[in-house]
Amino acid sequence: MKNWRWIGLAALLLLPWLGLGNYVLHIAILVLLWAYVYTAWAMMGRFGLVSLGHGAFTAIGAYGTTLLWNAAGMSPWIGIPLSVALAMVAAVVIGWPCFRFRIVGHYFALVTLALSEVVRLIIIALRDYTGGSLGMTPNSALTQGPVSLYALQFADKTVWYYIVLAVWVMGLVVWQRVDRSMARMALEAISDQEDAAASVGVDVTRTKLQIAVLSAALAAFGGALFGQYQLYVNPDIVGGIGLSLQIVFASIAGGMFVQLGPTVGAIFTLLLTEILRVAIGHDVHGLDTTIYGLMLVVFIIFMPKGIVGTAQEMWQRRGQPARKPA
Amino acid sequence: MIVGELFDIFLLETILNGILLGGVLALLALGLNLIFGVIDVVWICYAELIMIGMYTVYYLYVVYQVPLVLACLVAIVLVAGCGALLHQFVIRPVLAAEPINQLLVTGGVLFFMQAAATLAFGVDFRNLGLRMPVIEVSEMYFSFARILAFVAALGGMVALYLFLTRTFIGTAVRAISQDRAIMPLMGVSPNRIYLVTSAIGGALAGLGACLLVLQYDVHPAIGLTFGPITFMICVLGGLGNMIGGFVAAFIFAQFISVGGFFFHLEWGYAIAFLFFIAMMFWKPRGLFTRTD
Repeated sequence: MKNWRWIGLAALLLLPWLGLGNYVLHIAILVLLWAYVYTAWAMMGRFGLVSLGHGAFTAIGAYGTTLLWNAAGMSPWIGIPLSVALAMVAAVVIGWPCFRFRIVGHYFALVTLALSEVVRLIIIALRDYTGGSLGMTPNSALTQGPVSLYALQFADKTVWYYIVLAVWVMGLVVWQRVDRSMARMALEAISDQEDAAASVGVDVTRTKLQIAVLSAALAAFGGALFGQYQLYVNPDIVGGIGLSLQIVFASIAGGMFVQLGPTVGAIFTLLLTEILRVAIGHDVHGLDTTIYGLMLVVFIIFMPKGIVGTAQEMWQRRGQPARKPA
Repeated sequence: MIVGELFDIFLLETILNGILLGGVLALLALGLNLIFGVIDVVWICYAELIMIGMYTVYYLYVVYQVPLVLACLVAIVLVAGCGALLHQFVIRPVLAAEPINQLLVTGGVLFFMQAAATLAFGVDFRNLGLRMPVIEVSEMYFSFARILAFVAALGGMVALYLFLTRTFIGTAVRAISQDRAIMPLMGVSPNRIYLVTSAIGGALAGLGACLLVLQYDVHPAIGLTFGPITFMICVLGGLGNMIGGFVAAFIFAQFISVGGFFFHLEWGYAIAFLFFIAMMFWKPRGLFTRTD
């Protein structure tokens, strides 16, 4: 198992040198970047904290960084930490009362959904600064050369590929750290029975808040990187209900209870949309998303544990056929 | 902006228009609340059903020249059918699953319906091209469509109330929302009640669609305009609490209307959502906690 991990990483490191062209590299970057954001979501999603507000955090990350760069000329090296900090503050402002007053399940999902709408609407309302629904472009720093470390802008996709790969690995490492921590046990206890967990000394509000803030910070970082990579941000691409649902769906499709689940979800959903888009073309507008939506419905009905989760379950059942009750 | 100068006839007009908007929002919230109260499921795709109704009216009236009233009736029946189908083929298989899966599966339907509408109707904004009269009351102007929508919404709510209290099946619907476990023992088939409830919820969405299509252009993403606000209204009023939803609809409508009057329309919505979040912390179970 351990060896497979290093072989996989080596293969990913070699990918840009296979001469597959910019298109494949672009898709690979998007898959890894979104896989990282989905992993960040699943860190709290797996404990029953289904947030539909992660679109708000990615939007804060992307817009914060871009606005600080365009309006104040602040380098993303400072802008990204500031935006991430802002997203963390937003997570505390929303999360603390939610957890303190036991807002769970549907209510939590809908409150966080309101958050992602608030952020999207504020971005649109501040159209004098943000460009509204049309989105905005970070001022280019690439006039002198193809690389600007100060502005964190790179013309070469290979550079971005390695950055995003590193960030994705970092996301997986954080997942593993959470997975092996005491907090995980506390969170699992909370997601089973809040009162029982509290009665054995788990600080419910604090534990939930920690994971929510961590998840929000990672998601905001992903949003900021997306803006830097695409050099374009738009309230409906980096935020809003559409993205929030997308994050949840991909994580569930892949399997949110497993480390690589959200990554598989990202590969699956992005490749599916891309294949459908290429195969069907732009002439039949909407067919790709129609099939995509249909597949999501089928997935949730028949495979609630996702691709990786179901595969793992089948594998385990194969190993010990007699002893598995359910 | 000086507030004192604005406390005039325009503000009054805005407030009254907000009340008219509140009537329609209350109708939309009612359908969602009914479904949640009885089946315990949130239809994230509720506003997409409204979109289907709006397109039905548009096509029947504009393309096939069907009289408007008939077109509206067809739309209501069709959306009611969609509601029943949605329950039978999407909700029923996940009734026993995690609640959040039920929420998400209808989210998948949202994607599907939005994209299917894009596929079938294109992304153009369409409207009925009706010229509704504008009514003037002491220098304030109200669109006739809004007044009609308000009256029809109230009529729909009264009809639902009568159905729930005066008919046998309505009584069964109320009973099952009070105790899900006992009713099957009393010889009521829950699935039949669920189907009826889903169809009624769909019919309310259809009625809402007929009223909205008089005032707004229809396009595939129209659901995103009305969907979130409808959820927030239901949650603020307490999910499943119909009276709470009714009151919350008018509160929200005032935020949108008055907020949009002083600032931009987006600020009206943003303030309404922020108010919603703040209210959740004060009254997490809604304005009116259910007594049972």
